[in-house]
Amino acid sequence: MPREYINLFYLLASVCFIIGLKLLSHPRTAVRGNLLGALGMLIAIVVTLLDRRIVSYEVIIAGLVIGALIGAIMAYKAPMTAMPQVVAIFNGFGGGASALAVGAALEEALKGGFIEEIDIVFTVSAAASGLIGGISLTGSGVAFAKLQGLIEERPILLPGRHAINLALLIVCIALSAWLIVNPVFSLPYWLMVIVASVLGILLVIPIGGADMPVVISLLNAYSGIAAAGHGWVLNNSVLIISGSLVGSAGFILTALMCKAMNRSLANVMFAGVGTIVATESESDSIYAGRVKSASPEEVAMLLEGARKVIIVPGYGMAVAQAQYPIKDLTDLLESRGIEVEFAIHPVAGRMPGHMNVLLAEVDIPYDKLKEMDEINPEFKETDVVLVIGANDVVNPLARNSSDPSNPIAGMPILNVDEARSVVVIKRSLAPGFAGIPNPLFAADNCLMLFSDAKKAIMDLANALKS
Amino acid sequence: MEVFVSALTIFVLALFVGFEVISKVPPLLHTPLMSGANAISGITLVGTLVTSGMKLTTFTTILGLAAVIMATANVVGGFLVTHRMLEMFHTKKEVK
Repeated sequence: MPREYINLFYLLASVCFIIGLKLLSHPRTAVRGNLLGALGMLIAIVVTLLDRRIVSYEVIIAGLVIGALIGAIMAYKAPMTAMPQVVAIFNGFGGGASALAVGAALEEALKGGFIEEIDIVFTVSAAASGLIGGISLTGSGVAFAKLQGLIEERPILLPGRHAINLALLIVCIALSAWLIVNPVFSLPYWLMVIVASVLGILLVIPIGGADMPVVISLLNAYSGIAAAGHGWVLNNSVLIISGSLVGSAGFILTALMCKAMNRSLANVMFAGVGTIVATESESDSIYAGRVKSASPEEVAMLLEGARKVIIVPGYGMAVAQAQYPIKDLTDLLESRGIEVEFAIHPVAGRMPGHMNVLLAEVDIPYDKLKEMDEINPEFKETDVVLVIGANDVVNPLARNSSDPSNPIAGMPILNVDEARSVVVIKRSLAPGFAGIPNPLFAADNCLMLFSDAKKAIMDLANALKS
Repeated sequence: MEVFVSALTIFVLALFVGFEVISKVPPLLHTPLMSGANAISGITLVGTLVTSGMKLTTFTTILGLAAVIMATANVVGGFLVTHRMLEMFHTKKEVK
């Protein structure tokens, strides 16, 4: 097929992607949107296979089959609680594929087997694509390992890490410059990809688990930009368009997540928040004698007398897999005419929208899942708030403190302390990810139910039934 | 230079389209948005296909194969997992 026709089909694929993303903005149309995106991808792949330059299909078919199997198995086997890791690993695949493919294109171009000339646009975009692709590959790998619990989730801080990172970046830029000035062999490119891969590891290792929503969003943006860079190398419009669409999605989510924590991107990336944990004495001065512990039966009685209950889920819910009993508890409360809603903090969990997916999985209607700004005025009229496995996102210190040493100062929170009573289901008084004590636990209207989240909810439901 | 400017035009305009379209997605659907966008970033597969089918040297063939595997896993896995998630949001209204 002549190149003009192929490009027309690429345009069609790009339109599918744009409309597909647009349809993702409502739960009713989102399934169609995703299918449209997949259709666009299919169109792009099929017309590409008709390219005259392809002389052998064995490698392509082998790659497609193996890749599709890996992808399908991972997509179907993964439990919903593992979604952040799954997205991270797919992200890494995308970035890695761009880095390798750009390298292969460079090898070909150097052998003269390429239709484009090696000019400055080619080398600059190859270098950029390799750099970002390399960072995205290993960075996503580290994010995956952290989320999967294969390595320490808390920040790992190397001495002099800023200097090391800066030095690695300078080496990358120098190797890129070598490639750009003297594009006669591919060694500088591969060295640069290796250094970028090391940099990707070092950039993500000092970032703690609770900051993963930002990291995953940012890596998502990187994999898009790497694909766009690949498009510049091949002068291929569908790659450029799709890459920049994904890039903007990632950057928007990154900005939203940072805003939801009232922190700058630089602070999330480089400050190593989450390493300092409150000392016993600090916590004692806040908690001493003021924390009231309750049994499931007492909490059940409280719930029976309520008209409106708001449930605030956090990462603890995902860890304990407590979403299933939460659904039973919700049904039970609703069958008694009690209104139940869910308050979702933007950074609850390990990726944007994590809690929504888990609650949708257990068939809780999405119109009960309320965003922070929407639900915050409602706490005043709420009888009982159940906080399940959340901590920092309901810490009143974030609202009241301007102390710069407080890592969550100024972070918008769910104002659960305004409710008539708050029940916090938590295993202990241990601090949340930010490492600071939570005065909510010592508040007059707060009861602690010390237990594993899943067991506590099941006990609550049983107590309600009897 | 002409090619460069037209590529740049496409790139910048697509960034704006992306911002307009994606900023309307509610937080409810941020996870599927991310994994769906992620699947689209597997478009890099299109570039890898041509490269790996040209059979230039063994080295480029191996690189091409690895890139095709990774990109295909990204595309197939990304769309499937997004579909799985969206089905959960989708079926709700009909059931009720």
